[in-house]
Amino acid sequence: MQIGIFSVGDVTADPTTGRTPTEHERIKNTVAIAKKAEDIGLDVVALGQHHNPPFAASSPTTTLAYIAAQTERIILSTSTTLITTTDPVRIAEDYAQLQHLSDGRMDLMLGRGNTGPVYPWFGKDIREGIALAVENYALLHRLWREEDVDWQGRFRTPLQGFTATPRPLDGVAPFVWHGSIRSPEIAEQAAYYGDGFFSNHIFWPASHAQQMVELYRRRFEHYGHGLAHQAIVGLGGQFFMRPNSQDAVDEFRPYFDNAPVYGHGPSLEEFTSQTPLTVGSPQQVLERTLSFREYAGDYQRQLFLVDHAGLPLKTVLEQLDLLGEILPDMRAGFAEGRPADVPDAPTHAALVERGETREVLA
Amino acid sequence: MTNLVVISAGLSEESSTRMLADRLAAATRARLESGGADVSLDVIELRPLAHAIMDAMLTGFASGDLAGAIESVRRADALVAVTPVFSASYSGLFKSFFDVLEPGLIEGKPVLLGATAGTARHSLVLDHALRPLFAYLRAEPAPTAVFAATDDWGTTADGALRARIERAGHEFADRIRPGARPATPSRPRTQPQFDDTAADFADFASLLNG
Repeated sequence: MQIGIFSVGDVTADPTTGRTPTEHERIKNTVAIAKKAEDIGLDVVALGQHHNPPFAASSPTTTLAYIAAQTERIILSTSTTLITTTDPVRIAEDYAQLQHLSDGRMDLMLGRGNTGPVYPWFGKDIREGIALAVENYALLHRLWREEDVDWQGRFRTPLQGFTATPRPLDGVAPFVWHGSIRSPEIAEQAAYYGDGFFSNHIFWPASHAQQMVELYRRRFEHYGHGLAHQAIVGLGGQFFMRPNSQDAVDEFRPYFDNAPVYGHGPSLEEFTSQTPLTVGSPQQVLERTLSFREYAGDYQRQLFLVDHAGLPLKTVLEQLDLLGEILPDMRAGFAEGRPADVPDAPTHAALVERGETREVLA
Repeated sequence: MTNLVVISAGLSEESSTRMLADRLAAATRARLESGGADVSLDVIELRPLAHAIMDAMLTGFASGDLAGAIESVRRADALVAVTPVFSASYSGLFKSFFDVLEPGLIEGKPVLLGATAGTARHSLVLDHALRPLFAYLRAEPAPTAVFAATDDWGTTADGALRARIERAGHEFADRIRPGARPATPSRPRTQPQFDDTAADFADFASLLNG
């Protein structure tokens, strides 16, 4: 079981002070948070990609490569890499580069997550979102696996005899997760390829995540990648904790009430009951997180959103310290009752080994 | 069984909007039942759902009683939708409820329209505001709709409100009576998307071929 954090890289004013960090501070803070994540023993740090204010995250591989140079162990990923508006050729190249620099300590999560105006700036149409995700990934998938690619599609210029460079490390393509909140087509896509499926269920009720994950699991089995309970599932999560749960509620409320995504809408109490958001003691966060298995099954990756809504760096680092304290219990909880045939999320080493096994069998 | 769902955006207790909605529903029901049909009636008052509607606008998902109301609309065979006139159009609450429905949810559903206001000078709101909304949503608004001004509740003169309600209810009942119309052409794209055993499930081959 991999446990980590994911960020969208928003530059948001702290509602309690009115102060907005500079882009420079936000970018440096992102690095500090990633290093802290490794320090407390987390497995994954994932960064977002956006191309408009209020985000400072247009080049995730740059930031991830910088983090890779300053960490030893943590897996670098994305949340998400925009498969709709980013040229799949550039994704193939940028992430292969990152794969080499990080010695394979990376994967990526593809998503459509983008605001309307960004599509036309990149020459795309938001109404084609699903079709772009499908076609672009079909090309990306080939670019990492074939040296000499002839290709023609609807959304980019054709390729004749194209080789994406650098070639993937050890000849093994980076592992890909497909992220979605609400589109069953993306669950179907992940299942078809036998890739991971990440349900970012932090903004919506658990019943939606359950529906998506169950579809993905059934289709994963349908396409012959293993049994449904062996599919590779990731979930989002969101918490704010303090040793005393009332302190957590009091401190987090102004951030919640003004948060960009759900602020000025439901109350904190309503939202915590309707979505996986947990605001309370470390024990409450631990119990809530372990309960995700009740509807998602035994899964492979749990990512938490911790640096958002204008929370200052100091607070985010304190949240990570608290997460570090419950991490051993969380790992033990996830291991409890987990069937032996439920795989771990594939790492680079595991994918290399799998490739070698296939060659031997062939 | 004809499942009739009434949506009322009245704000006061009791509201003339709800009174009109109830009477339209009763006239429709009486006509259906006189023809031997079974009718179930469900009333959705939007006022108690107001916070949930705005929350859904901001979060993208419907919670609690609003989710139940939307489910009622999904299962409805026909709708009666009545709004007060605010600032020359339907009320913001009325519009917001339809704004948070999933696309396609009321596609093909017959709708009996009604509106209320302080004066009859607003009566064309049925045709310049409500009809375009329901046309956009691909619902089927009935040709006869009813507008009730405050004065209408105090007169029994020719063209009286009761007669207009009766006429609208009768016509609507005859349109929605079982067997009177072809089955709703397309069902909303909601649950079936997740049903990989359904014939129209979008499998990867069809996605890839666009």
